[in-house]
Amino acid sequence: MSKQTSFFTSIKRLYPHVRPILPRLVLGLLSALLASVVALSIPQVLRVLVNDFLKPGGAGSAVWISAVVILVLGIAEAGLVALRRQFVINPATTVETRMRVSLYGHLQDLTVAFHDRWGSGQLLSRAMSDLNFLRRWMAFGAIMLVVTTLTVAIGVGVMFTMSWQLALIFLAAALPIMVYSFRFRRRFSLVTRLSQDQAGDLATTVEESVHGIRVLKAFGRSREALENFNGQAEELRQTEIAKAKQQAEFSLVVTLLPELALGVGLVAGILLASTGELSIGSLVAFFATAAVVAAPVEFSGMLLAMALTAKSALDRHFEVMDTANTITSPSAPQHPRELRGGLRFEQASFAFDDGGPLLHDITLDIRPGETMALVGVTGSGKSALLQLVPRLYDVSGGAERTGGAVRIDGVDVRDFSVEELRTVVAVAFEDTTLFSSSVRENVLLGAPEPTEAALDEALDVAQAHFAYSLPDGVDTLIGEEGLSLSGGQRQRIALARAIAAKPRVLVLDDPLSALDVNTEELVEARLREVLKDTTTLIVAHRPSTVALADRVALLEDGRISDVGTHTELLARNQHYRFVIASLDECPKDLDSELERELDEMEEAGEARR
Amino acid sequence: MSTFGTSNEDNAHLSRSDSKAVRRRSLALLGSLIRPVRVRFWLTLAMVVLSQATRVAGPAIIAFGIDHALPALQAGSNGPLVLAGALYLAAAVATAALTALYVTSTARLSQAMLLDLRLRVFRHTQRLSLEFHEKYTSGRIIARQTSDLEALRELLDSGVSSLASGLLFMVFTAITVFALDWRSGLIMLAAGIPMFFLARWYQKHSQIAFRESRVVSARLIVHFVETMTGIRAVKAFRKEKENAQRYGELSEDYRRVTVRSINLNGIFQPGLVLIGNVCVAVVLLFGGFRVLGGDLAVGVLLALILSTKRFFQPVDQMAMFYNSFQSAQAALEKVSGLLEEVPTVRPPKNPVPLPHARGEIAFRDVEFGYGAGTVVVPRLNLHIPAGQTVALVGQTGAGKSTLAKLIARFYDVTSGSLTLDGVELRDLDGAELRRAVVMVTQEAFLFSGSVADNIALGRPGASRGEIEAAARAVGAHEFIAALPEGYDTDVNKRGGRVSAGQRQLISFARAFLAAPAVLILDEATSSLDIPSERLVQAGLSSLLAGTGTEARSARTAIIIAHRLSTVESADRVLVIHDGKVVEDGTPAELISSGGRFAALHGAWRESLV
Ligand SMILES: Nc1ncnc2c1ncn2[C@@H]1O[C@H](COP(=O)(O)OP(=O)(O)OP(=O)(O)O)[C@@H](O)[C@H]1O
Ligand SMILES: Nc1ncnc2c1ncn2[C@@H]1O[C@H](COP(=O)(O)OP(=O)(O)OP(=O)(O)O)[C@@H](O)[C@H]1O
Ligand SMILES: [Mg+2]
Ligand SMILES: [Mg+2]
Repeated sequence: MSKQTSFFTSIKRLYPHVRPILPRLVLGLLSALLASVVALSIPQVLRVLVNDFLKPGGAGSAVWISAVVILVLGIAEAGLVALRRQFVINPATTVETRMRVSLYGHLQDLTVAFHDRWGSGQLLSRAMSDLNFLRRWMAFGAIMLVVTTLTVAIGVGVMFTMSWQLALIFLAAALPIMVYSFRFRRRFSLVTRLSQDQAGDLATTVEESVHGIRVLKAFGRSREALENFNGQAEELRQTEIAKAKQQAEFSLVVTLLPELALGVGLVAGILLASTGELSIGSLVAFFATAAVVAAPVEFSGMLLAMALTAKSALDRHFEVMDTANTITSPSAPQHPRELRGGLRFEQASFAFDDGGPLLHDITLDIRPGETMALVGVTGSGKSALLQLVPRLYDVSGGAERTGGAVRIDGVDVRDFSVEELRTVVAVAFEDTTLFSSSVRENVLLGAPEPTEAALDEALDVAQAHFAYSLPDGVDTLIGEEGLSLSGGQRQRIALARAIAAKPRVLVLDDPLSALDVNTEELVEARLREVLKDTTTLIVAHRPSTVALADRVALLEDGRISDVGTHTELLARNQHYRFVIASLDECPKDLDSELERELDEMEEAGEARR
Repeated sequence: MSTFGTSNEDNAHLSRSDSKAVRRRSLALLGSLIRPVRVRFWLTLAMVVLSQATRVAGPAIIAFGIDHALPALQAGSNGPLVLAGALYLAAAVATAALTALYVTSTARLSQAMLLDLRLRVFRHTQRLSLEFHEKYTSGRIIARQTSDLEALRELLDSGVSSLASGLLFMVFTAITVFALDWRSGLIMLAAGIPMFFLARWYQKHSQIAFRESRVVSARLIVHFVETMTGIRAVKAFRKEKENAQRYGELSEDYRRVTVRSINLNGIFQPGLVLIGNVCVAVVLLFGGFRVLGGDLAVGVLLALILSTKRFFQPVDQMAMFYNSFQSAQAALEKVSGLLEEVPTVRPPKNPVPLPHARGEIAFRDVEFGYGAGTVVVPRLNLHIPAGQTVALVGQTGAGKSTLAKLIARFYDVTSGSLTLDGVELRDLDGAELRRAVVMVTQEAFLFSGSVADNIALGRPGASRGEIEAAARAVGAHEFIAALPEGYDTDVNKRGGRVSAGQRQLISFARAFLAAPAVLILDEATSSLDIPSERLVQAGLSSLLAGTGTEARSARTAIIIAHRLSTVESADRVLVIHDGKVVEDGTPAELISSGGRFAALHGAWRESLV
């Protein structure tokens, strides 16, 4: 949870957003004030009218005049109420929308590392419920808070003119309320923040339970998931009740103390009146005014709670907005003089936020048009290394650039504009992230020219011809994350997407893992043509994928320990053989090898029987 | 019916009968939520009524003090003064206490209903079949669980008490008016007619506006969630601009419908105030002439008019209530639609017990296609004896995963029968089926939470020792132990904290811990390097042979793999093509017979080094 800031520090941050609509908010405030003045004055006017104009035997016109006066006031009241809304609603929703869009924009810009940490439910609750609440507060809560405060202040002033003694007694109740509201503010802020955070976590749980539904179903863990969700929802419920309790306690204090003061005032007033120090008229008027003031005082508990909730909603909003984006375009982006696609790692090092150094001193030179395979054991950092190229992560060292560099044609990737860099580089991830749109849109996502020809070519290279025979062809919607396709189909669409982007530098993270041997061969044959003049870095777990590459780099203990052709490495590098070779010795003769295996199998079968 | 379930969810402009049907559905849901808490509901209402009564007592006591206690005091008796003071204080305490009580009680009420609904929606979405989830998307479910529930919450939190106290207030005031002069009372009631029409108008229009608002907010959420889950691809393919534009449009739509619904209320509420005020003027006019004629005392007229004015005071709150009611109803229409969906894979009415599954699987004349789409599995007959290890191989998209998913009962066969130990899968109790059959899906999905929690999903309640043993058995222990907090390390959203291969290892450990009678592995090792794959295979064969965590006879295993290393150790290989078994035999038989498998195997061997 974040640190507690003071109420006004937080609310002040809303000012830049609110400034353009401030005049309208003020007008809305005035309308609200006027409306309540009119509402309050109607009974007084009525009294005067009835008492002074309407007498038995009087003129009929007096009745008409009175009725018209009342009607006009009535229309004015309704009109002012309507006006307040007119002034405030549109601008408040505009501010809300603007904040929402800028939050979304900022989230899209923030680094992948940020998104690794934050559940999407938390982000969603910031974008939806927090901002909704803020809008309602701006349009209603804040204005009412001001109106209420003013009403109370004026009311108390009026009470002083009637009887300063009684007014003092009344005011005496304000002191403990102030002290108490201080305490309330602190405690309520904590619990309201907690409830917002818990609601966000709950949304995250919902999201995971739906995205992970296959696993939950496969293991029959719906009940456990429900229990877990129940636990969280129950916690939220408790928090909400604790919140309500505090609010109830506050409104208890806020209504009780003034009323108690009034009770004392009643006795005192009567005593004063009996000694003649106070006229009965003033006494009556005092209590009439006190009754008017009491309602807004009671209301203030709710308004204060609303303000505090708005404050923590703002805090949550700015918590995200204040997270600086560390992967940005430089102010003066550079381009290579000629884009040939040479990719170079120069003593690059990298560490995840919460892990030790993962990669250090990575030095690797990939020539333009060359295909380089990257081989290493599971968890050695291959994917991390790949993601340095399109700057999904940055090499460590920060602004001082002490952690080495990744360069394309001699230019540090951090000196490219991010947009351009990601045009030059295309990626196929190991988890195929597809979107729930059509095959066409998915494939042409990064394509420079989204033409039919580009689509066809990309699908052809990736051997994804199946797309044409889907129910609506390439316009078939492929379901959330493409899950209505088979694993291999998904992977080929993702591969096609990377190819359709026509990059100079292509990074492929184990792009053929879900393909059968035949399809793999077909894809490789076509890929080889395409990759001829595209610099490619490809993660490989199998010799068959390595076969695509001109050279192989071996990632070992966070360093590139060896670079060479497949055969070279196989001959000279023990670790390489360990990682890539499934046969303990190099096969000399495939047939005899097969025979031996078959023998073994038969023996094993014998044993089983 | 066209509006059944979620089928017509995005349509805000329903025909009359449809609209009625969904409204009824939504009200029924609301009713069913109130039923379990009806005692508290009535209690809360009683508290509201009581507090209203003590509130009214305050002014009456003041009047008593001024009218009686003051003269009595002047006459030398201070008893009435003491009485007045004491009564006032008592009333103040009672009001404050009752108010605090009903505020808390309302919160308890609303939170209980929300929790109930949350759990219902969660349970139901877990129960719904994959077929449904593939179409509906997680974003919508999140929308139902968050912003729709928020609408209900607003109604519950604000509405009920203000409605009750307002109504009560109106009834009391109406009685006073009728007691004073029934003719004016009738005029006052006549105002109900235009109010009714206004309310009808409002209902008709706001219903559409609120429905639209639900639809648009769901769209907004769906887009948001999809962007955040696919953030890597969004960045890598520079989808940010396009996304921002789309989100901007959606936000603007959302703003527009919000403004529309608020504006409708902005006509409705002042409209009611206006009607009330006009009514006051009419009463004045009517009474005024009677005063002139001498039929009515001036004092009575004043009292009448003031009461009439007061009568309409709560109308404001009631408009607010009606507004949140409409909004909540529109939200519940959507939620009830979701709850109305029936899972296509249904739990049996009379489950057949199968306490100790052996793991014999038989397909008889099985046909299957996804939804109404093309047939994926045409007429399959297949018998897998208990304890056999079967490998499914074949081209991508051939239908291997589909067969596996049928056995795990993710889907039901379209026709034919699929049995486990001779019992139709549809007749098996869900929990028992899941205990007997476990599938490791092609997508290794981890939930945020610790590594240990993720493995324990295989068997909740497993001890740390058992979890570690499972991890060790698949060769995952080393890397887990090396994580910053070992088994307690949070793997982050979707397991983003660990590498793809490590994710597969954890998923595998999960299945290992579950140790089911039938284990289905769908490409469970595709992202692993060869050494890790070997470890997994060793673990697998010990599990299958029955020397795993619990001593028992051999397990049935269905293994889908493109890397044929796993396949070689299988008892039997099935080559799947277009959903049909085209080859069936031991690996050795198939290799020697020179069919598809032999070709695949040859190609694969060739690729090895
Ligand atoms: N977001 C993260 N935060 C911290 N550590 C991480 C994060 N992602 C991965 N790691 C750790 O960094 C190491 C390298 O991960 P990476 O995904 O690069 O491995 P890899 O070589 O691609 O493995 P694989 O072959 O399984 O895909 C792993 O040990 C992993 O646990
Ligand atoms: N949820 C789904 N909805 C509609 N069609 C589907 C769905 N899942 C799979 N299909 C289709 O069914 C066919 C068989 O898919 P399946 O996933 O069984 O293939 P597979 O043999 O497992 O392939 P792979 O090796 O690529 O995983 C494919 O054409 C696929 O597009
Ligand atoms: Mg990886
Ligand atoms: Mg599959």
